[in-house]
Amino acid sequence: MSDSAAGIVAWGAYIPATRLPLALIHGGRPDGGAAEKAVAAFDEDAITLGVAAAMECLGQLPRERVDGLYFASTSSPFREKQAAAFVAKALDLRTDINTQDFGGSLRASAGAMLAAVNAVRATPGTQILVVVADTRLAPPRTPLEANLGDAAVALLIGDVNVAASLAASCAITDEIFDIWRGEHDDYLRAWEDRFNVLHGYTENIRAVCERLFAQTGTTAADYARVALYAPDARSHASVGRQLGFASGQLENPLFGRVGNCGTAFAPLLLVAALEASRAGDRLLAVFYGDGAEALVFERQSATCAPARDISWHLQRARPLRSYESFLQSRHLNAVEHDPRGGEGVPATVHYRERNSDIGFLGMRCIHCDTVHFPACRVCYRCHAKDAFEPVRLSDRPGRVLSYSFDYFFPTPEPPLIVGVCEVDNGARVYLQMTDASADEVRLDLPVEFVFRRIHEAGNRPNYFWKSRPLLAASGEDAR
Amino acid sequence: MSDSLRDKTAIVGVGCCKFGENWHQSPEDMIVEAAFEAYADAGINEPQKQIDAVFCGSVYPSRGTAEVAEALKLFDRPVSLVQNYCATGTDAFRYAVATVAAGMHDTVLVVGFDKPKDRGVSGPSIHMNTARGLPMTPAGWFSLCCARYFETFGAGREDLARIAVKNHHNGTLAPKSMLKREITVEEALNARMISWPFTLYDCAAQSDGAAAAIVTRRELARSFRQDPVWVRGVSIALSANPQTDPDFDFLAWKPTLAAARDVYAQAGITNPMQQIDLAQVHDCFTMTELLTYEDLGFIDKGAASEHIVAGTFALDGELPVNTDGGLKSFGHPTGATGVRMLYENVLQLQGRAEGRQVRGATTALSHNLGGAPQTCGLAILGID
Repeated sequence: MSDSAAGIVAWGAYIPATRLPLALIHGGRPDGGAAEKAVAAFDEDAITLGVAAAMECLGQLPRERVDGLYFASTSSPFREKQAAAFVAKALDLRTDINTQDFGGSLRASAGAMLAAVNAVRATPGTQILVVVADTRLAPPRTPLEANLGDAAVALLIGDVNVAASLAASCAITDEIFDIWRGEHDDYLRAWEDRFNVLHGYTENIRAVCERLFAQTGTTAADYARVALYAPDARSHASVGRQLGFASGQLENPLFGRVGNCGTAFAPLLLVAALEASRAGDRLLAVFYGDGAEALVFERQSATCAPARDISWHLQRARPLRSYESFLQSRHLNAVEHDPRGGEGVPATVHYRERNSDIGFLGMRCIHCDTVHFPACRVCYRCHAKDAFEPVRLSDRPGRVLSYSFDYFFPTPEPPLIVGVCEVDNGARVYLQMTDASADEVRLDLPVEFVFRRIHEAGNRPNYFWKSRPLLAASGEDAR
Repeated sequence: MSDSLRDKTAIVGVGCCKFGENWHQSPEDMIVEAAFEAYADAGINEPQKQIDAVFCGSVYPSRGTAEVAEALKLFDRPVSLVQNYCATGTDAFRYAVATVAAGMHDTVLVVGFDKPKDRGVSGPSIHMNTARGLPMTPAGWFSLCCARYFETFGAGREDLARIAVKNHHNGTLAPKSMLKREITVEEALNARMISWPFTLYDCAAQSDGAAAAIVTRRELARSFRQDPVWVRGVSIALSANPQTDPDFDFLAWKPTLAAARDVYAQAGITNPMQQIDLAQVHDCFTMTELLTYEDLGFIDKGAASEHIVAGTFALDGELPVNTDGGLKSFGHPTGATGVRMLYENVLQLQGRAEGRQVRGATTALSHNLGGAPQTCGLAILGID
C-alpha cells in the first residue's frame, strides 16, 4: 500500500438509453444504423446520470466503505446547492463523509480524480467515489448540438485492490474564450469553430501531452490505450495523429453514438480503456478546458468490472420519435401542463421524506419482517409501533404487480407507465416506469429501480425513483 | 350489535338538483334546490322548526358548514361537515342515521354537494406538491386492478364498454342526469384513451350537483308520509392503500368486502342476489362497477364478464344496477353522489322512477368507493 498504489478500484459508466437520431434535428428521418447521440431523457439530468453511473460502479460493493464523494459536472441542475450531497443521499452513503462539487470547467473531472487520489494518499485505506456527469445544452439545430452527448462515469478511488494506479499527471492552464456559458445563459456559447479547434483544443492538447512525454521520459508508443477528449470526431483524429498515436491506441470517441459528453468524456473513454487493457498496460487520459490535463494510469492485475460494460449501454438504445419530443424534454416547447408549474414539494416535506424519496429506504418490521414503503410508524401486518429498521430498496430487483398507462400526466412521449411493483423483499412501491414503452409492459415483468427527476414544480428539480425493465447484463438489444 | 341500526330510522323526503355543468348555479342555488325539494317531499313547511340538525357532505367545499347553513338559513342547531372521499355522501347519511337512532335528534337533513366546475379543468387537477405517488389521478388508481383481473379471469375492455353502454342508456331515462346520450360498444372502445384501459367513456362524468335526504325516527316517519323508506343498514369501511398494502391482490377492493360484511349483517342479508332488488354502485370507472358486482357478493369472483354479456345488471335484468345512469351518466359531484343514490333508491322503492322503474322493488342498495381507493360506504333501504 505505497503512495503510488492509489488509483481506480472500481468503475462504472452510464449512457442514457434515449438517443436523438441526428437526422431528426433537421427534419429528416433516421435510417437504421444512422448517426445518433445519447441524450438525457426528460426525467434525467447530471445528478440522475451520476447516480446511475455510481450504482453501476458500486454494484454490490459495501457502500459503508465509501469515505467521500466528489461530483464533477459543468451542467449541475443547481447553481448553488451541492449535487454531491444529493448523489450521496440517493446512494444511501454514510453521512460522515466528505462531499464536494467540482464544476465550471470541462476539466472538472480531472480535478476531482486528482483530488480523490490525493485524499486517499493523505489517508491510506480510505475510498473516494468520483462521479462525473454532463448534460450540456447547445442552441437547438446548431452544429454544436449534433456533436454533444450526455453520459456519466463513476470511479471508486482507493489504495486496496487497485485496478489502475495513478502513475503521473500533468496540467497546463490557458485562459481562452472558446466555449463558455455565462450566468444568464441557458445554452453554451462558442466562438468560431476553426479558431476554437486550432488555438484552444489542438495547441493545449499537444502542449500537455508533449510536456507529459518530457516529464516522464515516454513517447506516444508507450501508452497502450489513450482516452482523448475531443470536441468533434475530426479534431480527435487530427490531434491523435499529430501526437503520434496509432489509431489502434486511441479509444473510439463514439461520435455518432454518444457524442462529446463534456467533463465525462475522457473518463468514459478511460472506462473503455480499462475494459480493454491488461495488467502492465499504461493508460493515458487527456482532458481539455481552459488548458489541458493528462493523467497516466498503470493497469494492475486486480479488476472490479461492473456487471454492465460500455457496449451494454450502447446497445440499450431507445431512439426518440421526433425532435419535438426532445425539445419538450428540455422545456423548449410550450405544453398544456408545464411540469415546472405549481408550488412544488415544500422544502420541509422534502426534508422529512428524504430517506424515502431520495434514499429509497423501506422500513422492515423487526417483529414480522414486513417491509413498508414509504416509512411509517405502525406495521401493516403485526401493528407493532416504531419497530422498524431501514432497508435499502434501490439495489434490489422487483417485478410489476399491476400497471396502467396514463395519457393525462405531462410527458414528452405519452403514455406514462405507472404501476405497483413488488421489491424482492416484499415491499410494495407505486412508481412510474421509465425507459420503456407500453408494449414492453406485462404482469410480473422484472424491473430494477432508477433515480430520476419526477418533475420541476416550484422551478427546481424534484427527484424520486422509477422502475425500469430489468435487462440482462449481457446486453440484449432493447430496440 | 351489528343489526342495531336496522329499521330505527326512515327517509321521508329526498331531493336532487339537475346534475351537470351548472355554470349558472352557485353551490347555494343547488343546495337550496335539493333541500327544498326534499322538504316538499316530506311535507315540511317550516324547516327552521322541523329540522333539528344538518349533516353536510362535500369534498371540495369553499366554506364548509356555513355554505349550507347560510343557503338554507338554518341556524342555532348542529351543522356538521363530513368528508370521506367519494363515500362522503353516504357517510353524511350514516351520521344522520346514527344520531337519530341514538335519540340525539328527531329529524335530520342530509345535504351532499360539490361544485368541481369552478376549478377550470375538465379532468382531474395535476398536483405537483409531492414527489411520490404521481401521476395521482383517480383513473390511474382505479385502473390498477385491470391488468391482473383481465389476465386472471379473461375479462377485457369490451366488458367495460358494455357497462358504459348500459349506464349511458339508463341515464337517458333519468330527468336529472347530466348525459342523455346512447353510446355503442365501438364508440366506447375507440374513444380517447385516458388511463389504460379506460377511455373517456369508462370515466364518470365530473359534474356539479347537490342532493338531499330527510331522516327521521321510525315512530315519526308516518307523520311525514305514508310510504316511508326504512334504513335497513348503513356502513363505512376504510382499508389499506392498495398502492402500499403488502397483501393486496389486485382482484377485489378490500373496503367493499369489509363494508358489505357489516351492512349485510345489519340488514339481515345472506343472499344478496336474491334479497336485493336493485343497486346503485360506484361506477367512477367502469371497472369499479365490474369489481363491485363481485365484491358485493351479487355473483362469484371472476364471473362478471359472463353476467355483463347476459345482461344480469341491465334495467330489465335480474338485478338492475345504476338505474339512473350512475356516476357515468347522471354525473359525479363527489359529495353529492352518495345522497343522489339514496334519492334514486327512494324513488324506485316508492314506485316513482317512471321510465326506469324496477317493478316490485322492496330492497335497494347504494355503494360508494373512494380514495386510492380506500373507503367504501354502503346503505340498504327497504319499504314495507
